[in-house]
Amino acid sequence: MNPMNYVYLSALLFSIGAAGVLLRRNAIVVFMCVELMLNATNLAFVAFARMQGNLDGQVIAFFVMVVAAAEVVIGLAIIVTIFRTRRSASVDSANLLKY
Amino acid sequence: MTISGSTLVALAAAGTPTGTATGTGEAVLFWLLAPIAVLASLGMLFSKKAVHSALLLALTMLCLAAFYLAQDAPFLGVVQVVVYTGAVMMLFLFVLMLVGVDSSDSLVETLRGQRIAAIVAALGFGALLVFSIGDVVVSNAGLATANADGNVQGLAALIFSRYVFAFEVTSALLITAALGAMVLAHRERIERPLNQRQLSEQRFRGGVHPAPLPGPGVYARHNAVDTPALLPDGQPADVSVSRVLLARGDVRKAPGADVVVRDASEIERPGDDQ
Repeated sequence: MNPMNYVYLSALLFSIGAAGVLLRRNAIVVFMCVELMLNATNLAFVAFARMQGNLDGQVIAFFVMVVAAAEVVIGLAIIVTIFRTRRSASVDSANLLKY
Repeated sequence: MTISGSTLVALAAAGTPTGTATGTGEAVLFWLLAPIAVLASLGMLFSKKAVHSALLLALTMLCLAAFYLAQDAPFLGVVQVVVYTGAVMMLFLFVLMLVGVDSSDSLVETLRGQRIAAIVAALGFGALLVFSIGDVVVSNAGLATANADGNVQGLAALIFSRYVFAFEVTSALLITAALGAMVLAHRERIERPLNQRQLSEQRFRGGVHPAPLPGPGVYARHNAVDTPALLPDGQPADVSVSRVLLARGDVRKAPGADVVVRDASEIERPGDDQ
């Protein structure tokens, strides 16, 4: 099997995540799609590390995981705060910045 | 899910090639798990309920963990299971619980043609990625030499030498994230909590429903919380079933009633406005 298949899978998962960010209205589901995109890039990093024969890609994937964990904590706290004030987790209802 | 996870780990270990070429075991693993990962992520995209999306995302992440294990990255594979499917997805489920399971998506398009445009953009973006990957010349060096002292040792040697500054900055990031989450999630109480007398007066002054809410229906053939009670005129009593069940659409029709209940959002309940 060609190891590039992992990269193709990663591109596919990334596109699905991007479609989810554009399509979904629920802020939590949008956030899950962002996580899927981060995971897809991690898969590409690991596959490239294996093709290149060094561990740098795996180190970068590790740092991506750390940043993703921090991002989830902050993002979910923001979602909870928005829900508390607006009683809705829909991204359409948080539109006051428009005016 | 844990049983299937351990099977995946065993499969991945069997599929790990010793040389530079990818083995047959790895190809079997890939063609088995890649469709599952794609289907699960598509299911996450299209499922109506956020809880289903979360569980399907966890399945996708487990598949990715198996891919990491198959690609000589055992440390990342284990971290993926522990951090993503363990911590991050449980955090997602906790927030779903706080926000309410009934917070499903509205299917109303606020911008006209946005859905079609989004699908076209995502398909074009995917095609762009896939076709640009096709031009890349690949070598398959394999990680046999890099992992000679063990994967964890090799990663540690890199993190604490070449990437030590990034590692230190990461600690600052984590502290900032923890503080930020505390500040965002904290709520200062600006008024004194009501005592029992004030609560009772408020309830009677509101005049909506001072007495306890009616219980669900008890019938000869069905007796459960998901069946509304019948009012004297034969209409189902809206307030007799739980609001969560109504929002989920899990309420049965009472025997002899024409409709299940009215729209859940119309029902006025005491205590909702607090």
